[in-house]
Amino acid sequence: MKIAVKYFASMRDIMGKTDESVELNDDANITDLWAKVSTSTMPENTLIAVNMEYTSQAHKLVDGDEVAFFPPVTGG
Amino acid sequence: MKVIVQEAEFDPWKAVSEYQAEHLAEGKHGGSVTFIGTMRDFNDGVDGISNMYLDHYPGMTEKHIERVCQEALKQWDVMDALVVHRVGAIEPNDAIVLVAVWSAHRAMAFDACRFVINDLKHRAPFWKREATEEGERWVEGNSVDAVADQYSNAKKAG
Repeated sequence: MKIAVKYFASMRDIMGKTDESVELNDDANITDLWAKVSTSTMPENTLIAVNMEYTSQAHKLVDGDEVAFFPPVTGG
Repeated sequence: MKVIVQEAEFDPWKAVSEYQAEHLAEGKHGGSVTFIGTMRDFNDGVDGISNMYLDHYPGMTEKHIERVCQEALKQWDVMDALVVHRVGAIEPNDAIVLVAVWSAHRAMAFDACRFVINDLKHRAPFWKREATEEGERWVEGNSVDAVADQYSNAKKAG
């Protein structure tokens, strides 16, 4: 399946890119996706969104999902 | 209810009065509470912050704030709400965020406004990068006590 991945704020600096498209096996979750895009441990406190909703690393992905990785937010 | 995420500068007082004139029925609201967040030229022990860049997640940001406003309208007897949030390049003294709520009574308006701005600071996907005399730096997160507890990778899969 194909997953669209986006990075924001300091996560862009860490990954060296703003987005990418990733091919994953069916039944993959966020942990599997991270292992595909990085050889490093996910930075502590990284937040994850799937299709613009917060979720956790256990979230099972489906074809066409948009996944975003970003640091704690600082709005307001 | 209206949520606006924009790059352009805005006058929060004008935004409130124009929205009220256009959307609120005369004589029906007993209290309106407004929060305006403004850019400081100091933060976290550092003075002389000359400007800031506010990054966001287009789509998710608007969706998130709209849902929070809907929750506030449902939870308290709030008639209407307006949120304006800047993104992009921001300078000291610029208004960054406006939250305005209208209700029949003051207590509900205060509570709903606090609820929206607190959620916005801790959960809405915005990130500040400040320009200091030593260079640029990403501001450390507000969300450690909120979203992170619930969703971050500190809480492992399974």
